[in-house]
Amino acid sequence: MSDRKPKEAFSLELLRSGERAEFARLVETYYEMIYRLALKMLNDPQDAEDILQETFTKAYQHIQNFDGRAELSTWLYRIATNEALMHLRRKRPQTFSIESPDYADETAQEPHQILDWRSLPEEELMSAEARTHMDAAIQNLPSSLRVVFVLRDIQGLSTREVGEVLDLTETAVKTRLSRARLRLRAELSSYYSERLEAGRR
Amino acid sequence: MDQQSCRQLLAWLSEYVDGELETKLCAEIDRHLMECENCRIVIDSLEKTIYLYQSVSQRDTVPTEVRERLFQRLKLDEFFEE
Repeated sequence: MSDRKPKEAFSLELLRSGERAEFARLVETYYEMIYRLALKMLNDPQDAEDILQETFTKAYQHIQNFDGRAELSTWLYRIATNEALMHLRRKRPQTFSIESPDYADETAQEPHQILDWRSLPEEELMSAEARTHMDAAIQNLPSSLRVVFVLRDIQGLSTREVGEVLDLTETAVKTRLSRARLRLRAELSSYYSERLEAGRR
Repeated sequence: MDQQSCRQLLAWLSEYVDGELETKLCAEIDRHLMECENCRIVIDSLEKTIYLYQSVSQRDTVPTEVRERLFQRLKLDEFFEE
């Protein structure tokens, strides 16, 4: 399950010549995945819409620079990701760091008693309250981890593609993905375990 | 791998659930999981975490007016279809 579209079949020649119908087809194909990426990165519908518009405006302006070596979707992801990260930097300059070297050691976060919350019913796992916690957990991740998790696990890009979008090695992508996943698991486990124990009382 | 290695296992979990670990290491983890219920729960809940995020995200829809404003901004109104 992912946001990926089938392999694109667009005419670069038409796009580069400014053919608007072809560009409209490009927008129609990819606007949803770009909006979802921005929404998960920023957790604000208005900000997500701004990123969406900015991404396609820049794509139209700079399509001449697209060399065709990467897929168009990867190129669009790169534009959108840069826009989202710049937006975060402007909004929260004091906390933003692309390198984010101060990750806590996830291995030190594991509780001694581990509850198996997966037995909770699906409607509770995906309740409105649970979704709020899930969104908050993503927002609590440093942006450098959040972007990798969103691209890899939510948008469904491969490790190599995430590396291309972010200019990271595959090893770096895997390391950040692992940290993001473990943090999110720990946060969700904390929340759902409370629900589980509340249900037992 | 023994009980002392539970913490070490965390470092490999992500690649393990993606099926990207080398066979020998996978077999070692599989052996550990047969004996360690806590690690089994951690792995299962990690997979569930990823599944939940993917499921919930699929429900995020883009409002029609967002799409409409995008086409307007790009001056592509003539190609906008309800």
